[in-house]
Amino acid sequence: MGEAFVQFLQAWSPLDIVLIAENFDRFLLGAWVTLKLTFISLVIGGTLSIPLAIIRAGSNPFLNAPVWAFTYLFRGTPLLVQTYLIYYGLGQFEWIRETALWGPVLSQAWYCALIAFSLNTAAYTAELLRGSIVTTSNGEIEAAKACGLSRAKRMRRIILPSAFRRALPAYSNEVIFMLHGSVVASTITIQDLLGVGRWLNGRYYLAYEGFITAAVLYLLIVLLISRGFRFWESKWLRHLYPQEAVKSKSGKGLASFRI
Amino acid sequence: MNLIIEYQGQLLSGTWVTVQLAILSLVIAVIFGLLGAWAKLSKNLLAKKAAAGYTTVVRGVPDLVLILLVFYGGQQFVNQLGTLTGLWDYVEISQFVAGVGTIGVVFGGYMTETFRGAILAIPRGQIEAGIACGMNRLTIFRRIIWPQMVRYALPGFSNNWLVQIKATALVSVVGLQDVVYNGFVAGRSTRQLFTFMFAVLMIYLLLTAISDFGLRQLDRKYSKGITRSDDG
Repeated sequence: MGEAFVQFLQAWSPLDIVLIAENFDRFLLGAWVTLKLTFISLVIGGTLSIPLAIIRAGSNPFLNAPVWAFTYLFRGTPLLVQTYLIYYGLGQFEWIRETALWGPVLSQAWYCALIAFSLNTAAYTAELLRGSIVTTSNGEIEAAKACGLSRAKRMRRIILPSAFRRALPAYSNEVIFMLHGSVVASTITIQDLLGVGRWLNGRYYLAYEGFITAAVLYLLIVLLISRGFRFWESKWLRHLYPQEAVKSKSGKGLASFRI
Repeated sequence: MNLIIEYQGQLLSGTWVTVQLAILSLVIAVIFGLLGAWAKLSKNLLAKKAAAGYTTVVRGVPDLVLILLVFYGGQQFVNQLGTLTGLWDYVEISQFVAGVGTIGVVFGGYMTETFRGAILAIPRGQIEAGIACGMNRLTIFRRIIWPQMVRYALPGFSNNWLVQIKATALVSVVGLQDVVYNGFVAGRSTRQLFTFMFAVLMIYLLLTAISDFGLRQLDRKYSKGITRSDDG
Protein backbone atom coordinates (compact mmCIF):
# COMPACT_ATOMS: atom_id res chain seq x y z
CA MET A 1 0.00 0.00 0.00
CA GLY A 2 2.70 2.44 1.07
CA GLU A 3 4.81 1.60 -1.91
CA ALA A 4 1.89 1.93 -4.27
CA PHE A 5 1.23 5.36 -2.85
CA VAL A 6 4.85 6.40 -3.35
CA GLN A 7 4.72 5.14 -6.94
CA PHE A 8 1.50 7.04 -7.50
CA LEU A 9 3.09 10.23 -6.22
CA GLN A 10 6.18 9.75 -8.34
CA ALA A 11 4.09 9.23 -11.43
CA TRP A 12 1.43 11.87 -10.98
CA SER A 13 2.54 14.62 -8.64
CA PRO A 14 3.91 17.72 -10.38
CA LEU A 15 6.28 18.18 -7.45
CA ASP A 16 8.76 15.57 -6.33
CA ILE A 17 7.04 15.02 -3.00
CA VAL A 18 9.15 11.99 -2.15
CA LEU A 19 12.33 14.04 -2.43
CA ILE A 20 10.83 16.76 -0.24
CA ALA A 21 9.82 14.18 2.34
CA GLU A 22 13.32 12.67 2.30
CA ASN A 23 14.86 16.07 2.96
CA PHE A 24 12.18 17.33 5.28
CA ASP A 25 14.39 17.15 8.37
CA ARG A 26 16.72 19.63 6.68
CA PHE A 27 13.82 21.98 6.13
CA LEU A 28 12.86 21.73 9.78
CA LEU A 29 16.45 22.49 10.73
CA GLY A 30 16.35 25.49 8.39
CA ALA A 31 13.10 26.64 9.95
CA TRP A 32 14.72 26.36 13.35
CA VAL A 33 17.64 28.53 12.20
CA THR A 34 15.19 31.10 10.81
CA LEU A 35 13.18 31.16 14.03
CA LYS A 36 16.27 31.40 16.18
CA LEU A 37 17.72 34.22 14.13
CA THR A 38 14.43 36.12 14.14
CA PHE A 39 13.78 35.60 17.81
CA ILE A 40 17.25 36.56 19.07
CA SER A 41 17.24 39.66 16.83
CA LEU A 42 13.84 40.64 18.16
CA VAL A 43 14.99 40.24 21.76
CA ILE A 44 18.19 42.25 21.27
CA GLY A 45 16.52 44.84 19.03
CA GLY A 46 13.53 45.13 21.33
CA THR A 47 15.73 45.71 24.35
CA LEU A 48 17.73 48.36 22.51
CA SER A 49 14.58 50.04 21.27
CA ILE A 50 13.19 50.92 24.71
CA PRO A 51 15.82 53.52 25.71
CA LEU A 52 15.90 54.76 22.10
CA ALA A 53 12.13 55.24 22.09
CA ILE A 54 12.25 57.12 25.40
CA ILE A 55 14.93 59.40 24.00
CA ARG A 56 12.94 59.98 20.81
CA ALA A 57 9.81 60.75 22.78
CA GLY A 58 11.71 63.20 24.99
CA SER A 59 12.86 66.66 24.03
CA ASN A 60 16.61 66.59 24.62
CA PRO A 61 18.03 67.68 21.24
CA PHE A 62 21.52 66.32 21.91
CA LEU A 63 20.23 62.82 22.47
CA ASN A 64 17.33 63.05 20.07
CA ALA A 65 19.30 63.97 16.95
CA PRO A 66 21.68 60.98 16.87
CA VAL A 67 18.90 58.53 17.67
CA TRP A 68 16.76 60.10 14.95
CA ALA A 69 19.66 59.74 12.51
CA PHE A 70 20.07 56.09 13.49
CA THR A 71 16.39 55.22 13.03
CA TYR A 72 16.19 57.24 9.81
CA LEU A 73 19.19 55.46 8.32
CA PHE A 74 18.01 51.99 9.24
CA ARG A 75 14.39 52.54 8.27
CA GLY A 76 15.21 54.24 5.01
CA THR A 77 17.49 51.58 3.54
CA PRO A 78 17.09 47.89 2.62
CA LEU A 79 18.01 45.25 5.18
CA LEU A 80 19.91 43.40 2.45
CA VAL A 81 22.31 46.30 1.98
CA GLN A 82 22.71 46.78 5.74
CA THR A 83 23.60 43.11 6.09
CA TYR A 84 26.07 43.27 3.18
CA LEU A 85 27.63 46.38 4.69
CA ILE A 86 28.33 44.56 7.95
CA TYR A 87 29.24 41.13 6.58
CA TYR A 88 31.25 42.08 3.50
CA GLY A 89 32.08 45.69 4.35
CA LEU A 90 33.70 45.55 7.76
CA GLY A 91 36.62 43.47 6.47
CA GLN A 92 37.75 46.48 4.45
CA PHE A 93 39.22 48.04 7.57
CA GLU A 94 42.57 46.78 8.76
CA TRP A 95 41.95 47.86 12.35
CA ILE A 96 38.68 45.90 12.55
CA ARG A 97 40.40 42.78 11.27
CA GLU A 98 43.00 43.16 14.00
CA THR A 99 40.58 43.40 16.91
CA ALA A 100 39.81 40.35 19.01
CA LEU A 101 36.19 40.51 17.87
CA TRP A 102 37.04 39.81 14.22
CA GLY A 103 37.73 36.07 14.29
CA PRO A 104 34.91 34.80 16.51
CA VAL A 105 32.23 37.40 15.72
CA LEU A 106 32.60 39.91 12.91
CA SER A 107 33.85 37.49 10.27
CA GLN A 108 31.03 35.04 10.99
CA ALA A 109 27.93 35.25 8.81
CA TRP A 110 25.68 34.28 11.70
CA TYR A 111 26.76 37.12 13.98
CA CYS A 112 26.81 39.65 11.17
CA ALA A 113 23.23 38.76 10.29
CA LEU A 114 22.29 38.97 13.94
CA ILE A 115 23.87 42.42 14.32
CA ALA A 116 22.23 43.77 11.17
CA PHE A 117 18.80 42.34 12.02
CA SER A 118 18.96 43.53 15.63
CA LEU A 119 19.87 47.09 14.67
CA ASN A 120 17.21 47.10 11.97
CA THR A 121 14.40 45.93 14.20
CA ALA A 122 15.62 48.24 16.99
CA ALA A 123 15.16 51.20 14.66
CA TYR A 124 11.65 50.20 13.58
CA THR A 125 10.55 49.25 17.08
CA ALA A 126 11.93 52.46 18.58
CA GLU A 127 9.82 54.60 16.24
CA LEU A 128 6.79 52.44 16.83
CA LEU A 129 7.18 52.68 20.60
CA ARG A 130 7.84 56.39 20.37
CA GLY A 131 4.48 56.83 18.65
CA SER A 132 2.80 54.85 21.34
CA ILE A 133 4.57 56.72 24.19
CA VAL A 134 3.67 60.10 22.72
CA THR A 135 0.01 59.21 22.40
CA THR A 136 -0.40 58.17 26.03
CA SER A 137 -3.49 59.99 27.22
CA ASN A 138 -2.66 63.15 29.08
CA GLY A 139 -5.05 62.37 31.91
CA GLU A 140 -3.01 59.35 32.93
CA ILE A 141 0.16 61.41 33.10
CA GLU A 142 -1.57 64.18 35.01
CA ALA A 143 -2.95 61.69 37.48
CA ALA A 144 0.53 60.25 37.98
CA LYS A 145 1.92 63.74 38.52
CA ALA A 146 -0.84 64.46 41.03
CA CYS A 147 0.12 61.31 42.89
CA GLY A 148 3.64 62.70 43.14
CA LEU A 149 5.37 60.13 40.92
CA SER A 150 8.78 61.23 39.68
CA ARG A 151 9.55 61.32 35.96
CA ALA A 152 11.32 57.98 36.02
CA LYS A 153 8.51 56.37 37.96
CA ARG A 154 5.89 57.82 35.65
CA MET A 155 7.71 56.32 32.73
CA ARG A 156 8.16 52.95 34.38
CA ARG A 157 4.81 52.50 36.04
CA ILE A 158 2.36 54.45 33.91
CA ILE A 159 3.59 55.30 30.43
CA LEU A 160 5.58 52.23 29.38
CA PRO A 161 3.13 49.54 30.48
CA SER A 162 0.31 51.24 28.63
CA ALA A 163 2.50 52.10 25.64
CA PHE A 164 3.66 48.49 25.28
CA ARG A 165 0.12 47.26 25.17
CA ARG A 166 -1.02 49.80 22.64
CA ALA A 167 2.03 49.06 20.48
CA LEU A 168 1.19 45.37 20.33
CA PRO A 169 -0.82 45.33 17.05
CA ALA A 170 1.86 47.32 15.23
CA TYR A 171 4.56 45.19 16.81
CA SER A 172 3.00 42.03 15.44
CA ASN A 173 3.59 43.49 11.98
CA GLU A 174 7.18 44.19 12.87
CA VAL A 175 7.67 40.59 14.04
CA ILE A 176 6.35 39.29 10.74
CA PHE A 177 8.45 41.74 8.75
CA MET A 178 11.50 40.60 10.70
CA LEU A 179 10.71 36.97 9.93
CA HIS A 180 10.35 37.90 6.26
CA GLY A 181 13.53 39.96 6.44
CA SER A 182 15.48 37.03 7.87
CA VAL A 183 15.57 35.45 4.37
CA VAL A 184 18.43 37.87 3.75
CA ALA A 185 20.53 35.52 5.87
CA SER A 186 20.42 32.95 3.07
CA THR A 187 22.27 35.41 0.82
CA ILE A 188 25.26 35.45 3.15
CA THR A 189 25.67 31.67 3.25
CA ILE A 190 23.48 30.91 6.28
CA GLN A 191 21.38 27.74 5.91
CA ASP A 192 18.06 29.14 7.05
CA LEU A 193 14.72 27.94 5.70
CA LEU A 194 15.21 29.62 2.34
CA GLY A 195 18.86 28.56 2.35
CA VAL A 196 17.77 24.91 2.54
CA GLY A 197 15.30 25.48 -0.30
CA ARG A 198 18.04 26.96 -2.44
CA TRP A 199 20.37 24.15 -1.53
CA LEU A 200 17.82 21.49 -2.53
CA ASN A 201 17.10 23.17 -5.86
CA GLY A 202 20.77 23.65 -6.59
CA ARG A 203 21.68 20.12 -5.74
CA TYR A 204 18.95 18.36 -7.74
CA TYR A 205 18.56 20.94 -10.51
CA LEU A 206 14.99 21.67 -9.55
CA ALA A 207 12.96 24.81 -10.07
CA TYR A 208 10.02 24.52 -7.69
CA GLU A 209 10.39 22.01 -4.90
CA GLY A 210 12.77 23.79 -2.53
CA PHE A 211 11.17 27.21 -2.88
CA ILE A 212 7.62 25.94 -2.62
CA THR A 213 8.39 23.91 0.49
CA ALA A 214 10.10 26.92 2.04
CA ALA A 215 7.18 29.16 1.06
CA VAL A 216 4.63 26.84 2.65
CA LEU A 217 6.65 26.60 5.85
CA TYR A 218 7.09 30.40 6.00
CA LEU A 219 3.35 30.83 5.51
CA LEU A 220 2.69 28.38 8.31
CA ILE A 221 5.03 30.21 10.70
CA VAL A 222 3.44 33.56 9.83
CA LEU A 223 -0.04 32.17 10.44
CA LEU A 224 1.02 30.81 13.82
CA ILE A 225 2.64 34.11 14.82
CA SER A 226 -0.37 36.17 13.83
CA ARG A 227 -2.66 33.76 15.70
CA GLY A 228 -0.43 34.12 18.74
CA PHE A 229 -0.54 37.88 18.60
CA ARG A 230 -4.29 37.91 18.18
CA PHE A 231 -4.59 35.86 21.34
CA TRP A 232 -2.17 38.18 23.11
CA GLU A 233 -4.06 41.25 21.97
CA SER A 234 -7.34 39.85 23.18
CA LYS A 235 -5.69 39.37 26.54
CA TRP A 236 -3.71 42.58 26.94
CA LEU A 237 -5.88 45.03 25.04
CA ARG A 238 -9.24 44.01 26.39
CA HIS A 239 -9.65 47.29 28.27
CA LEU A 240 -9.28 49.17 24.97
CA TYR A 241 -11.71 47.17 22.90
CA PRO A 242 -14.71 49.49 22.67
CA GLN A 243 -12.45 52.34 21.51
CA GLU A 244 -10.48 50.11 19.22
CA ALA A 245 -13.65 48.89 17.55
CA VAL A 246 -14.59 52.49 16.79
CA LYS A 247 -11.07 53.27 15.65
CA SER A 248 -10.78 50.27 13.38
CA LYS A 249 -13.50 51.75 11.19
CA SER A 250 -11.11 54.44 10.08
CA GLY A 251 -8.44 51.83 9.59
CA LYS A 252 -6.20 53.29 12.24
CA GLY A 253 -4.63 51.72 15.26
CA LEU A 254 -5.15 48.07 14.46
CA ALA A 255 -2.56 45.87 12.87
CA SER A 256 -2.76 46.01 9.12
CA PHE A 257 -1.42 42.50 8.91
CA ARG A 258 -4.24 40.14 9.76
CA ILE A 259 -4.49 36.75 8.22
CA MET B 1 35.44 58.92 -2.42
CA ASN B 2 37.62 58.98 -5.54
CA LEU B 3 36.67 55.40 -6.20
CA ILE B 4 32.99 56.26 -6.00
CA ILE B 5 33.51 58.95 -8.61
CA GLU B 6 35.44 56.53 -10.75
CA TYR B 7 32.61 54.01 -10.59
CA GLN B 8 29.79 56.53 -10.69
CA GLY B 9 28.66 55.25 -14.09
CA GLN B 10 27.88 51.79 -12.71
CA LEU B 11 26.22 53.20 -9.63
CA LEU B 12 24.08 55.59 -11.64
CA SER B 13 23.00 52.97 -14.17
CA GLY B 14 22.18 50.65 -11.28
CA THR B 15 20.18 53.36 -9.59
CA TRP B 16 18.25 53.90 -12.80
CA VAL B 17 17.41 50.18 -12.96
CA THR B 18 16.27 50.29 -9.33
CA VAL B 19 14.05 53.32 -10.00
CA GLN B 20 12.50 51.70 -13.08
CA LEU B 21 11.96 48.49 -11.16
CA ALA B 22 10.28 50.34 -8.30
CA ILE B 23 8.02 52.48 -10.48
CA LEU B 24 6.91 49.71 -12.83
CA SER B 25 6.18 47.37 -9.94
CA LEU B 26 4.24 50.17 -8.25
CA VAL B 27 1.98 50.42 -11.29
CA ILE B 28 1.33 46.68 -11.14
CA ALA B 29 0.81 46.85 -7.38
CA VAL B 30 -1.81 49.61 -7.72
CA ILE B 31 -3.68 47.68 -10.42
CA PHE B 32 -3.64 44.49 -8.35
CA GLY B 33 -4.55 46.47 -5.25
CA LEU B 34 -7.60 48.02 -6.88
CA LEU B 35 -8.71 44.68 -8.33
CA GLY B 36 -8.12 42.98 -4.98
CA ALA B 37 -10.02 45.60 -3.02
CA TRP B 38 -12.87 45.40 -5.50
CA ALA B 39 -12.94 41.60 -5.18
CA LYS B 40 -12.79 41.70 -1.39
CA LEU B 41 -15.71 44.12 -1.19
CA SER B 42 -17.81 42.47 -3.88
CA LYS B 43 -20.80 40.28 -3.14
CA ASN B 44 -19.38 37.49 -5.29
CA LEU B 45 -18.26 34.79 -2.88
CA LEU B 46 -15.74 33.31 -5.30
CA ALA B 47 -14.05 36.67 -5.90
CA LYS B 48 -13.94 37.27 -2.17
CA LYS B 49 -12.35 33.89 -1.47
CA ALA B 50 -9.84 34.30 -4.27
CA ALA B 51 -8.81 37.75 -3.03
CA ALA B 52 -8.49 36.49 0.54
CA GLY B 53 -6.26 33.64 -0.63
CA TYR B 54 -4.19 36.02 -2.70
CA THR B 55 -3.50 38.49 0.10
CA THR B 56 -2.80 35.71 2.59
CA VAL B 57 -0.21 33.96 0.44
CA VAL B 58 1.43 37.07 -0.88
CA ARG B 59 1.74 38.74 2.51
CA GLY B 60 2.61 35.55 4.34
CA VAL B 61 5.52 34.38 2.21
CA PRO B 62 8.74 36.44 2.18
CA ASP B 63 9.19 38.36 -1.09
CA LEU B 64 12.61 36.88 -1.83
CA VAL B 65 11.16 33.35 -1.78
CA LEU B 66 8.56 34.40 -4.35
CA ILE B 67 11.14 36.21 -6.49
CA LEU B 68 13.31 33.09 -6.61
CA LEU B 69 10.28 30.90 -7.31
CA VAL B 70 9.13 33.11 -10.18
CA PHE B 71 12.58 33.57 -11.63
CA TYR B 72 13.62 29.92 -11.60
CA GLY B 73 10.25 28.19 -11.50
CA GLY B 74 8.31 30.63 -13.66
CA GLN B 75 10.68 30.14 -16.55
CA GLN B 76 10.30 26.39 -16.47
CA PHE B 77 6.55 26.65 -15.98
CA VAL B 78 6.04 28.95 -18.94
CA ASN B 79 8.14 26.74 -21.17
CA GLN B 80 6.46 23.54 -20.07
CA LEU B 81 3.13 25.19 -20.77
CA GLY B 82 4.43 26.26 -24.17
CA THR B 83 5.57 22.75 -25.05
CA LEU B 84 2.33 21.30 -23.79
CA THR B 85 0.06 23.60 -25.75
CA GLY B 86 2.46 24.18 -28.63
CA LEU B 87 1.55 27.84 -28.64
CA TRP B 88 5.00 29.31 -28.12
CA ASP B 89 8.64 28.32 -28.31
CA TYR B 90 11.32 28.82 -25.72
CA VAL B 91 10.66 31.92 -23.63
CA GLU B 92 13.20 33.47 -21.34
CA ILE B 93 12.05 35.41 -18.31
CA SER B 94 14.59 38.12 -17.55
CA GLN B 95 15.51 39.10 -14.01
CA PHE B 96 13.88 42.45 -14.59
CA VAL B 97 10.53 40.98 -15.66
CA ALA B 98 10.57 38.46 -12.81
CA GLY B 99 11.41 41.23 -10.33
CA VAL B 100 8.83 43.71 -11.56
CA GLY B 101 6.13 41.05 -11.76
CA THR B 102 6.79 39.51 -8.37
CA ILE B 103 7.27 42.71 -6.41
CA GLY B 104 4.24 44.22 -8.14
CA VAL B 105 2.02 41.26 -7.31
CA VAL B 106 3.34 40.99 -3.73
CA PHE B 107 2.77 44.65 -2.96
CA GLY B 108 -0.58 44.45 -4.72
CA GLY B 109 -1.55 42.34 -1.72
CA TYR B 110 -0.57 45.11 0.68
CA MET B 111 -2.28 47.70 -1.52
CA THR B 112 -5.44 45.59 -1.50
CA GLU B 113 -5.68 45.95 2.25
CA THR B 114 -4.92 49.67 2.10
CA PHE B 115 -7.50 50.39 -0.59
CA ARG B 116 -10.08 48.18 1.05
CA GLY B 117 -9.72 50.06 4.33
CA ALA B 118 -9.91 53.38 2.50
CA ILE B 119 -13.11 52.45 0.66
CA LEU B 120 -14.67 51.20 3.89
CA ALA B 121 -13.82 54.52 5.54
CA ILE B 122 -16.10 56.39 3.16
CA PRO B 123 -19.46 56.91 4.86
CA ARG B 124 -22.06 54.58 3.37
CA GLY B 125 -24.62 57.40 3.25
CA GLN B 126 -22.63 59.23 0.59
CA ILE B 127 -22.76 56.25 -1.73
CA GLU B 128 -26.48 55.87 -1.06
CA ALA B 129 -26.91 59.56 -1.81
CA GLY B 130 -25.14 58.97 -5.10
CA ILE B 131 -27.52 56.15 -5.94
CA ALA B 132 -30.47 58.34 -4.96
CA CYS B 133 -29.23 61.01 -7.36
CA GLY B 134 -29.36 58.43 -10.12
CA MET B 135 -25.61 58.09 -10.62
CA ASN B 136 -24.42 54.85 -12.17
CA ARG B 137 -21.71 52.80 -10.52
CA LEU B 138 -18.88 54.26 -12.56
CA THR B 139 -19.91 57.81 -11.76
CA ILE B 140 -20.19 56.97 -8.09
CA PHE B 141 -16.69 55.54 -8.18
CA ARG B 142 -15.28 58.49 -10.09
CA ARG B 143 -16.99 61.30 -8.22
CA ILE B 144 -17.51 59.99 -4.70
CA ILE B 145 -15.29 57.03 -3.93
CA TRP B 146 -12.04 57.83 -5.75
CA PRO B 147 -11.34 61.37 -4.45
CA GLN B 148 -11.94 60.35 -0.86
CA MET B 149 -10.32 56.95 -1.22
CA VAL B 150 -7.08 58.59 -2.31
CA ARG B 151 -7.02 60.68 0.82
CA TYR B 152 -7.80 57.81 3.17
CA ALA B 153 -5.40 55.47 1.39
CA LEU B 154 -2.47 57.87 1.18
CA PRO B 155 -0.83 57.10 4.56
CA GLY B 156 -0.96 53.35 3.92
CA PHE B 157 0.05 53.82 0.31
CA SER B 158 3.09 55.89 1.34
CA ASN B 159 4.12 53.25 3.80
CA ASN B 160 3.77 50.48 1.20
CA TRP B 161 5.74 52.44 -1.35
CA LEU B 162 8.62 53.04 1.06
CA VAL B 163 8.75 49.33 1.89
CA GLN B 164 8.52 48.51 -1.80
CA ILE B 165 11.51 50.65 -2.82
CA LYS B 166 13.58 48.79 -0.28
CA ALA B 167 12.23 45.43 -1.44
CA THR B 168 13.62 46.04 -4.92
CA ALA B 169 17.09 45.44 -3.48
CA LEU B 170 16.23 41.73 -3.26
CA VAL B 171 16.14 41.34 -7.04
CA SER B 172 19.92 41.74 -7.03
CA VAL B 173 20.02 38.23 -5.53
CA VAL B 174 18.93 36.71 -8.88
CA GLY B 175 21.53 38.82 -10.69
CA LEU B 176 19.64 41.88 -11.87
CA GLN B 177 22.18 44.64 -12.30
CA ASP B 178 20.53 47.12 -9.99
CA VAL B 179 22.31 49.49 -7.65
CA VAL B 180 23.04 46.81 -5.05
CA TYR B 181 24.49 44.39 -7.60
CA ASN B 182 26.60 47.02 -9.34
CA GLY B 183 27.78 48.45 -6.04
CA PHE B 184 28.71 44.98 -4.85
CA VAL B 185 30.66 44.14 -8.00
CA ALA B 186 32.51 47.46 -7.91
CA GLY B 187 33.25 47.03 -4.21
CA ARG B 188 34.58 43.53 -4.66
CA SER B 189 36.85 44.38 -7.56
CA THR B 190 38.34 47.33 -5.66
CA ARG B 191 38.31 45.54 -2.28
CA GLN B 192 36.40 48.48 -0.86
CA LEU B 193 33.06 46.86 -0.12
CA PHE B 194 32.28 49.07 2.84
CA THR B 195 32.72 52.22 0.83
CA PHE B 196 30.50 50.99 -1.97
CA MET B 197 27.83 49.43 0.20
CA PHE B 198 27.69 52.66 2.16
CA ALA B 199 27.26 54.59 -1.08
CA VAL B 200 24.40 52.24 -2.02
CA LEU B 201 22.88 52.80 1.39
CA MET B 202 23.01 56.55 0.82
CA ILE B 203 21.40 56.20 -2.61
CA TYR B 204 18.48 54.30 -1.09
CA LEU B 205 18.24 56.88 1.66
CA LEU B 206 18.02 59.58 -0.97
CA LEU B 207 15.31 57.69 -2.86
CA THR B 208 13.21 57.15 0.25
CA ALA B 209 13.74 60.74 1.41
CA ILE B 210 12.60 62.13 -1.95
CA SER B 211 9.55 59.84 -1.96
CA ASP B 212 8.74 60.79 1.59
CA PHE B 213 8.87 64.47 0.70
CA GLY B 214 6.76 64.03 -2.44
CA LEU B 215 4.13 61.97 -0.66
CA ARG B 216 3.85 64.56 2.08
CA GLN B 217 3.11 67.21 -0.54
CA LEU B 218 0.50 64.95 -2.10
CA ASP B 219 -1.04 64.33 1.29
CA ARG B 220 -1.27 68.05 1.89
CA LYS B 221 -2.93 68.54 -1.46
CA TYR B 222 -5.56 65.85 -0.95
CA SER B 223 -6.25 66.90 2.63
CA LYS B 224 -7.06 70.50 1.73
CA GLY B 225 -10.02 71.78 3.65
CA ILE B 226 -9.88 68.97 6.16
CA THR B 227 -9.23 69.70 9.79
CA ARG B 228 -6.89 67.32 11.47
CA SER B 229 -7.76 66.49 15.02
CA ASP B 230 -4.30 65.22 15.88
CA ASP B 231 -0.94 64.77 14.26
CA GLY B 232 -1.71 61.11 13.56
